[in-house]
Amino acid sequence: MAKFITILTLIFLLTTKSRSFSPENPTDRRILVLLDDFAVKSSHSLYFKALKSRGYELDFKLADDPKIALQRYGQYLYDGLIIFSPTIERFGGSINHAAVLDFVDSGHDLIIAADVNASDLIREIATDCGVDFDDDPAALVVDHNSYAVLNSEGDHTLIAADDFIQSDVILGSKKIEAPVLFRGIAHSVNPVNNLVLKVLSASPSAYSANPKTKLLNAPMMTGSAISLVSVVQARNNARILISGSLSMFSDRFFRSEVQKAGSSTRHEKSGNEQFLTELSKWIFHERGHLKAVNVRHHKVGEADAPSMYRISDDLEYAIEIYEWSGTSWEPYVANDIQVQFYMMSPYVLKTLSTDQKGLYYTSFKVPDVYGVFQFKVEYERLGYTSLSLSKQIPVRPFRHNEYERFITTAYPYYGTCFSMMAGFFIFTLFHLYSK
Amino acid sequence: MAALDTANGSSLRQAFGNVLAFFILVLIGIIAFSIRLFSVIKYESVIHEFDPYFNYRVTQFLTKNGIYDFWNWFDDRTWYPLGRVIGGTVYPGLTLTAGTMWWILNSFNIPLSVETVCVFTAPVFSAFAAWATYLLTKEVKGTGAGLTAAALLAMVPSYISRSVAGSYDNEAVAIFALIFTFYLYVKALNTGSLFYATLNAISYFYMVCSWGGYTFIINLIPMHVLLCIITGRYSSRLYVAYAPLVVLGTLLAALVPVVGFNAVMTSEHFASFLVFIILHVVALVYYIRGIVSPKMFKVAVTLVVSVGLAVCFAVAAVLLALVASSPTKGWSGRSLSLLDPTYASKYIPIIASVSEHQPPTWPSYFMDINVLAFLVPAGIVACFFPLSDASSFVVLYIVTSIYFSGVMVRLMLVLAPAACIMSGIALSEAFAAFTRSIKFQLLGQSETSQSDPGDTSSCSIETQNDVAKTNKNEDPIKERPSKRNKKKEKEKEKQKEKEPVEKSSMKSQIGKRLLVLPLEASLIALILLVLLCGFYVVHCVWAAAEAYSAPSIVLTSHTHDGMHVFDDFREGYAWLRHNTDVDDKVASWWDYGYQTTAMANRTVIVDNNTWNNTHIATVGTAMSSPEKAAWEIFSSLDVKYVLVVFGGLVGYPSDDINKFLWMVRIGGGVFPHIREPDYLRDGQYRIDSQATPTMLNCLMYKLSYYRFVETDGKGFDRVRRTEIGKKYFKLTHFDEVFTSHHWMVRIYKLKPPKNRIRGKTKKSKSKAGSASSKRSRTQKRNPWH
Repeated sequence: MAKFITILTLIFLLTTKSRSFSPENPTDRRILVLLDDFAVKSSHSLYFKALKSRGYELDFKLADDPKIALQRYGQYLYDGLIIFSPTIERFGGSINHAAVLDFVDSGHDLIIAADVNASDLIREIATDCGVDFDDDPAALVVDHNSYAVLNSEGDHTLIAADDFIQSDVILGSKKIEAPVLFRGIAHSVNPVNNLVLKVLSASPSAYSANPKTKLLNAPMMTGSAISLVSVVQARNNARILISGSLSMFSDRFFRSEVQKAGSSTRHEKSGNEQFLTELSKWIFHERGHLKAVNVRHHKVGEADAPSMYRISDDLEYAIEIYEWSGTSWEPYVANDIQVQFYMMSPYVLKTLSTDQKGLYYTSFKVPDVYGVFQFKVEYERLGYTSLSLSKQIPVRPFRHNEYERFITTAYPYYGTCFSMMAGFFIFTLFHLYSK
Repeated sequence: MAALDTANGSSLRQAFGNVLAFFILVLIGIIAFSIRLFSVIKYESVIHEFDPYFNYRVTQFLTKNGIYDFWNWFDDRTWYPLGRVIGGTVYPGLTLTAGTMWWILNSFNIPLSVETVCVFTAPVFSAFAAWATYLLTKEVKGTGAGLTAAALLAMVPSYISRSVAGSYDNEAVAIFALIFTFYLYVKALNTGSLFYATLNAISYFYMVCSWGGYTFIINLIPMHVLLCIITGRYSSRLYVAYAPLVVLGTLLAALVPVVGFNAVMTSEHFASFLVFIILHVVALVYYIRGIVSPKMFKVAVTLVVSVGLAVCFAVAAVLLALVASSPTKGWSGRSLSLLDPTYASKYIPIIASVSEHQPPTWPSYFMDINVLAFLVPAGIVACFFPLSDASSFVVLYIVTSIYFSGVMVRLMLVLAPAACIMSGIALSEAFAAFTRSIKFQLLGQSETSQSDPGDTSSCSIETQNDVAKTNKNEDPIKERPSKRNKKKEKEKEKQKEKEPVEKSSMKSQIGKRLLVLPLEASLIALILLVLLCGFYVVHCVWAAAEAYSAPSIVLTSHTHDGMHVFDDFREGYAWLRHNTDVDDKVASWWDYGYQTTAMANRTVIVDNNTWNNTHIATVGTAMSSPEKAAWEIFSSLDVKYVLVVFGGLVGYPSDDINKFLWMVRIGGGVFPHIREPDYLRDGQYRIDSQATPTMLNCLMYKLSYYRFVETDGKGFDRVRRTEIGKKYFKLTHFDEVFTSHHWMVRIYKLKPPKNRIRGKTKKSKSKAGSASSKRSRTQKRNPWH
């Protein structure tokens, strides 16, 4: 019986292993959802349903549940984390600020939704990911120009935002027609920070202030510097979604009609569902995840990679790049992938040609410089995971017997040498025997 | 009958003398070998210091891959990412020698490891060098002087310092090659034999293979030839000794990849060509003088002199133009610093930074050649009685080598054989004089009639004595005319005839003049001389045992509670070898490059072959920059680990902090934003609280003193004898991964770039502060609840 159980657990473990996140299968599977209270589970059910329908296992827990843990025995129990608990001051169990960041740093994905009165904990996590929420805990994004006309309460904090990031990879190829409803707090990103992207920005007329009090001095954050929803792609390609609003994920916002102020078109349904679902596809690596495999290089006319090239060798370089489609690896097609032959600076920079089936290849001549070179492919495109491959390869000078034996231009000199020798020989004969 | 007997007796005596000399030589060889084994006995059979590790690594490669792969070896583990063409930049003599020795031993089924062969190469070759010294001195002043010189050389401390067992460096074989080349030159000069001249060229080739110091030979011999010509000692023997050396030697030297075209293109070799031309001109002059009448000759001389001067000016102008067109004026930095001792320290910090390129101090002369320093003048004087071609050569040798040793400590090594030869001559002459006078006074003149005048041509001391006695009365008469003759005689033929006669007679004259010494005085002088030699031996043994045997990778110190062994270097390198990836790059100051590649087998950025100043300056700049800038420099070079050597805990003075100013200077030489005054407080180099902020924030300071305060609570640096200036700090871009037992080797890893970029840190901190203060307020209230 015990044997049976162990076998069962083994099988179970194996199956879970095979379905979990891995370089070969980068889409997340097991997701922990932390909630302030279980009411959110039903009030935001459409969003969760969308995730579940795509095959995710959602594990709903209260954020202050003393039993929750992200990892056990050094193994992560989840591949993704959704924090829908904006007011939590302290997580239960073994989760804390550092644990969440470690989770991200080990390559896992994170969705954080803040809201009015977001806790310091949530703010801190966001700051560590490169997103700064407005300091004023009661401030909301107010926009008197592009608020949502319907179900507006008059303080213009329900915003109909349509300033999306221009990226098919992040938001899907289908254009989002309807504006996205947003009610929540503003955040800003450091423009120098190249890891964080504003996915949904506020309109130029927006500002961040407490709508209930009188505005005494100019608000700190204004205009399109305000980001409503941002994503971060960390250097290890972990992806983070940070939203200033929890309610934008709710069923009510998903279903509600929307009409932007000053616009006559009235949409039956807000863009929230499409926007957030597409975004979640990106966050959980169903899109925009590249891998490079089968890096090959060899001399022209040979099949095996040498351990060292010689200067002025002709070589061929090939690499295969695939994109993860959510279920399988599809060939990635682009015409802007370049390879560098690099030693402190690129000596050769070549754009790779492709056969449209994922194979990229080129051929070039090794420069007339010896040293330890690298084949470098650095590919960073908006929305895609960054590819950074380098392969070290030394380039040696000619061997002593690889130089030309006789140089044509030197024939006169050879001639003088031999004529000199002959002349000297004759002279010696003459000198010795002529008397 | 009596004559036959005496002839038999003298030949028997000569044979006996030869056998005795042979055994003495064997013993000298054994002494030379065994005095260098202190390092193995006191420490262990390891390769010493820095450069030997490179040579060892190269030898390993040679024995593993064969000579062609060695010749074409492109090493991708040093000077990352430039790499180094080892086959074309290394003097292969030592490596090939040791490799051949290993190969021969192995083919005899004597399974010695490469390391063992390398360790014992230097002692073996110092025995050879002693024998070569014997040969050279014998050519100059006879067997007695030769034996004395060989014995002195076998244990001269200066040479021991470079050739103890384990000191597997070029000098180990090069000194032998140097002396042997000189011997063959003198031999060829004395005999006029083309055979020896050819051998000389081959020996010169071996020297070129072995050491960059071969330029000393190719300048000294032309100088001597020129001296001979100027003093009217031109002879066909001189021509035979010199011309093949220039032609064959230059051709052979050009075969060595590291020399190549330098053999005809750099100024170091021009002197030999110039003298070669002069020699031919002189030969032509002598030839013409032989075939034309004196009147015609005078006309010819004026003609030739005018034409020759014109040609000379033309050639000189061309040479000057060529030399001036090259950026360093055709001289390499090291050679320039030989001519102008202040050159390197002024212009080339990378040369000045090497301690062995500094001028020596006076005590180091006494340390390195001891009593020889006092005997040398006597030897020089002895060489002038009589001044032969050979003795003028050794005089020239000692004079030039004394000059060069005054420029660079390292060239003390070239001085040592010359000093030994001179002292050997001095001692043997002195012994000869004293023993002769003792013998003379003990035996009286009764035996004089028995000795044979036929012995005059022999060179050994014993026969000299005999000659001296027999010819006592006749010689003063002979001496004067011969001397006068020598001055007058300029014709070649006459000289040829007279010289052998002159030589023999001159030799006997010396003995003559020094003969009259009182018995007591000579006895006391003898005892004093023996005492002097005794002190020399004691000093040499002490130097060999105590001063020069430390391998410098293992250090020891004696305190009241016994001996401490500091094996931190090997500990650190072993850590690197076992804990890092094969292709990881290790950055350290260049001193440790060779050891890192040889012992840790990791790629290094710079090493002791200081061929690329910019690359070294890059590392120096990184070490003198603040952490962030240093991290950027290092990561641009793909560096994973940084190794620093720190002696502050145990008082090891040659650590990186003491070398740091050189890093600043070398770095600043290429990257002007590194300025030396920024690291000095009022011109003083200090690391205490008075140090400049630049100094306290540079990478080298931080990596050396990181967590240092934890050792004793104060951060007292035992080398600089102060408390350090900045005690508590954190590293932002580096992680400490290894610190050896005595903190001598510290290895840091570069942190990878942050996975995330934080937002505005200030804000969140103030927030956290406010949050905590809020919390604390609530906590304060709580008790009243």
